[in-house]
Amino acid sequence: MAFALSDERIKEFAEILSRYPNKMAACIPVLHLCQEANDNWVSDEVTEYVAEKLELSAAHVKGVATFYSLFNREKPGKHQVWVCRTLSCALRGSEGIISHCEKRLGIKMGDTTPDGKITLRTAECLAACGTAPAMQVNKEYHENLTPESVDAVLDKLLAD
Amino acid sequence: MLKRTDYLTKNYGKPDGWTLAAYEAGGGYRGVRKALMMSPGAVVEETKKAHIRGRGGAGFDCGMKWSFMPKPSDKPHYLVVNADEGEPGTFKDRTIMEQNPHALIEGCIIGCYAMGAHTCYIYVRDELHLSKERLWAAIEEAKAKGYLGQRPFGKTYEVNIFVHTGAGAYICGEETALLNSLEGKRGQPRLKPPFPAQSGAFGMPTTVNNVETLAIVPTVFQLGGDAFSKLSALHHLNDGGTRLFGVSGHVKKPGVYECAVGLTLRELIFDLGGGVLDDRPLLGVVPGGSSCPVHLPDEIVNIPGERFEAYNGKCILDIPLGVDTFRGAGSMLGTCCAIVMSDAVDPVLALQNLMHFYRDESCGQCTPCREGCGWLERVVNKIVAGEGTMAELDQFHEIATNITGSTICAFGDGAAQPALAFIRRYRKNFEDYINNGAATQTRSLSL
Ligand SMILES: Cc1cc2nc3c(=O)[nH]c(=O)nc-3n(C[C@H](O)[C@H](O)[C@H](O)COP(=O)(O)O)c2cc1C
Ligand code: FES
Repeated sequence: MAFALSDERIKEFAEILSRYPNKMAACIPVLHLCQEANDNWVSDEVTEYVAEKLELSAAHVKGVATFYSLFNREKPGKHQVWVCRTLSCALRGSEGIISHCEKRLGIKMGDTTPDGKITLRTAECLAACGTAPAMQVNKEYHENLTPESVDAVLDKLLAD
Repeated sequence: MLKRTDYLTKNYGKPDGWTLAAYEAGGGYRGVRKALMMSPGAVVEETKKAHIRGRGGAGFDCGMKWSFMPKPSDKPHYLVVNADEGEPGTFKDRTIMEQNPHALIEGCIIGCYAMGAHTCYIYVRDELHLSKERLWAAIEEAKAKGYLGQRPFGKTYEVNIFVHTGAGAYICGEETALLNSLEGKRGQPRLKPPFPAQSGAFGMPTTVNNVETLAIVPTVFQLGGDAFSKLSALHHLNDGGTRLFGVSGHVKKPGVYECAVGLTLRELIFDLGGGVLDDRPLLGVVPGGSSCPVHLPDEIVNIPGERFEAYNGKCILDIPLGVDTFRGAGSMLGTCCAIVMSDAVDPVLALQNLMHFYRDESCGQCTPCREGCGWLERVVNKIVAGEGTMAELDQFHEIATNITGSTICAFGDGAAQPALAFIRRYRKNFEDYINNGAATQTRSLSL
């Protein structure tokens, strides 16, 4: 089925457009808006829809969607988890946190649990180096991680 | 010189410390009132006196940058805030946006007025959802009070601020990549010239400033530019005022500390950071984000030029953290957020960690960077696996040298700098991997 924004989100779309002197500038915020409305991924239907709404070529929108790592080109799990792997976190034990997550969920970094609940990935520096190790879960940060605190977070996600 | 201040941080950690009420109770929105009584040109001059060196990493003087903007014409001017904070080891701007967003909003109003801009975009990396939320809330609060919009503080000078978001790309912290991204394009850096002041956002005159650079501007107008600059121990080097210092890695109390400019690394690590974890010896420290060279704890500096005589013969840990002091010492101040490594760290693994980052984040536009960063990571991976050769170690040096200076933006140099610094300072560790194999290496990255 072709992708389209709901009436409520169309209002948000119009508000986004009003911030910029041209339509192209709304490309990234509108892709975010559509991604959220499409189970957190940007399908070809989504890029075509955005191209039409913003009067851009489909190639332009696809080029943008593939450049940025936070646009998913495949449907991720219901919850997305990113564990920071960069130096300050690594110095505070992120390698242990990464292997703990992999073991706990029975999947490797980059994979989704078979029940579709969680997609597990690494992140590059999340600007939380002073409270390392850190991870992002959907839109929230969790910092000063320990295996126990990670378990508490993952348990909640798995139960949801 | 260790002198703590709290111009930006006084409300950190307080309940509702990020609200307009808390900000005003602490003296907020007074600087902008003063600035709006002055002419825009006088605002730029006052900012110059403050000697705020850009807090985004390059250390360019803020008032000077503002003065490069052309005179107002029928073209719109833009102020764009760089809130992409992605340089590994850097975590200071996020604290401002989450805990003191009104300081940034106030700084943006002053900046817009000074430069003839009526529209300001704050480009926040997507991951920082709480920052975006707090900024939008601050904008709404300021609008409701009449501080933003058509007549801020009753002055006929319209200012509107919008939060814009990225989508996960370190390169968008580079100011021209950021402008492309703001315009709805792939975040690839542009050739300079033209500089943003001539042709920036949407082809119009634009200034890009870091979050912290703008957030400290209101303080300049409260204290006066000269008085602000003189808070710094490096006022005589035109490196003025106060700034946020971060410290992460193997210290007991990692965090963000606000101090007068002139703090030393030793003070940052041992006095503010509480010393090295488990009281272990220091292996090395990266002064200001991962693109800076790493330093040994006993390096002696020798900075050319009379102005720096007082610092010569001193240990790198004991010279004031300043843009020119560190540049002169062959280092870089960067974002002023230090990464500390104890002797438990295997420097070969630390470099491997960083080379992965740069390979992953190269935007792919320039061949030396795209191919070079991949190559650097492959060589260091081979060395870590115990399969490297001495010839490859020399080749590693050559690749990094060849990237330096041969790309459109400074990303390439930012990748080459740590590469060269690590193999120069820890060459023996790399040779050990090559000569004795990986199996003999027992150290790791964490304690
Ligand atoms: C690869 C790269 C990444 C950068 N990332 C950031 C960043 O995340 N935040 C920032 O403020 N400046 C960053 N910069 C520096 C900006 O290009 C620019 O110098 C800065 O935003 C100017 O603001 P300032 O003069 O207030 O420091 C980066 C530069 C490069 C080359
Ligand atoms: S290195 Fe993990 S948040 Fe910066």
